[in-house]
Amino acid sequence: MQKTISIPKTAAEDEKKIRLSELADRSVSVILRVLVNLSALLTVLVLAGIIIYILVMGIPNITPELFELKYNSDNASVMPALINTLIMVLATLLFSVPVGICSAIYLVEYSKRGSRLVKLIRVTTETLSGIPSIVYGLFGYLCFGVYFGFGYSLLSGALTLSIMVLPSVMRTTEEALLAVPDSYRQGSFGLGAGKLRTILKVVLPSAVPGILAGVILAIGRIFGETAALIYTAGTVARVPRSIMGSGRTLAVHMYQLFSEGLAMEKGYATGVVLLVFVLVINGISNLIGKKLGGEGESK
Amino acid sequence: MVEKLMKAVFLISACVSIAMVVLICVFLFGNGIPTIKEIGFFRFFFGKVWRPNNGLYGIYPMIIGSIYVTAGAIAVGVPIGVLTAVFMAEFCDNRLYKIIKPAVNLLAGIPSIVYGFFGLWVIVPAVRTLYGGSGKSVLTASVLLGIMILPTIINISETALRAVPGSYYEGAIALGETHEKSIFRVVLPAAKSGILAGVVLGIGRAIGETMALIMVAGNQKVIPKSMFDGVRTLTGNIVMEMGYATDLHRAALIATGVVLFVFILFINLIFSVLKNMSEKQN
Repeated sequence: MQKTISIPKTAAEDEKKIRLSELADRSVSVILRVLVNLSALLTVLVLAGIIIYILVMGIPNITPELFELKYNSDNASVMPALINTLIMVLATLLFSVPVGICSAIYLVEYSKRGSRLVKLIRVTTETLSGIPSIVYGLFGYLCFGVYFGFGYSLLSGALTLSIMVLPSVMRTTEEALLAVPDSYRQGSFGLGAGKLRTILKVVLPSAVPGILAGVILAIGRIFGETAALIYTAGTVARVPRSIMGSGRTLAVHMYQLFSEGLAMEKGYATGVVLLVFVLVINGISNLIGKKLGGEGESK
Repeated sequence: MVEKLMKAVFLISACVSIAMVVLICVFLFGNGIPTIKEIGFFRFFFGKVWRPNNGLYGIYPMIIGSIYVTAGAIAVGVPIGVLTAVFMAEFCDNRLYKIIKPAVNLLAGIPSIVYGFFGLWVIVPAVRTLYGGSGKSVLTASVLLGIMILPTIINISETALRAVPGSYYEGAIALGETHEKSIFRVVLPAAKSGILAGVVLGIGRAIGETMALIMVAGNQKVIPKSMFDGVRTLTGNIVMEMGYATDLHRAALIATGVVLFVFILFINLIFSVLKNMSEKQN
């Protein structure tokens, strides 16, 4: 852009050299710019490709019988899987959200910054968020399925997933609590409220949108999870009588259809259902992000 | 009284994550280490044949497979990811940013099983027509995984780039560099350790990915000779056989998971070191 530097004009040769290097400069810049733009374009195109592909392959296979209540070999209905998924989401949130919020409250409101315990908690949450879902699956199978004797059940699955989503619930809640201005706390203290009352009545309510964003993120992960559920919640294609029974979620259902190789087209239809949920969940979290104010998003 | 009680509740909750990591380690190592001892350390890690029916449990081909596929994913995902992050942080206006940022987040939200279906019916046939064979190969798996780790790399690189003080860029511009060269020669190097942390996290994601991978990798239990051969990873080994395995076979699969877990712990360690470095820098 502002490429004109005043250089004392000497011999014509020098000027030629400068021009050449300027030309090289400019062409390097152009190449870099093209590469950068191409990459960004590619990223967006890949996303669009995946979404369009699943929609095109799946929408023609969405029929009323896909949503029949019973699954059988003639009709690979997604309804049981859909219901199981919702149960799984609720059960997982029931375990993980209270623990996540309480631990974030401890980290933000009570702990001494930089203490050994806090450091240890940070390291372990980071470790938890890095563990692949298949390892969670093996652990859940060994711990909840075999050791505690829950077998293949929605409970085993939900407990496994609770550990998996705990770090993200914790982190988003922590950020939300940190974003609450200190003046709120001081005001509340000034009015004579105790610490607990301040947290529950003043700090927590104003952090709700941020906490909600974390919860929604967790819901998205629960919807998409497969590897951690196959060996914990199992693959039975019915809605179990109780939380102790085995049942497959939508994503597991999609995998089972693939591995049985019989009703692929139903697999795509399931993919559409799954994708719609993911899109809605993402939309909501974007909305909340915007509500939280532009500061997170502005440049 | 209530104050004290609730404080205890908060403290206990905060310790849940510590307890869980301990629990995971106890269960995985408690099951895995005796198995590895029973099979024999050397025969388990360096055995080239995995044939549970004959009592042969060598995971060497799977370790190599995981490394190949992860390296491939990095080769595909890192250049595109970092350049996209550069675009988002330095090149695009607000209007475009409002399209790309949600797109990247959405890419992170798509379930891996959906990626698997996409890979199986789009990337696999494409590789088959271009290079012959079955199309399920190291290359296919690398491309799919490369796409899947994009959001991780983009988001962390973008944060790292934005954390570089504006004076760096201004200084370079003042010295007469172009916008592009200022970014690539001054801003990008300054964000190096942050970007590297993103790459390491991407490695962790790639090595742990399971469901999408088994649909496109072919899962042959031999070390691939070229990038067009099928490959089985550590994660694939677990999922392919866990359903019907019993006794020592099952234990060996859990031990495979333990090996994967150790890899991940190691990768996490590198990640936190790099993250600390980049935070200190700025």
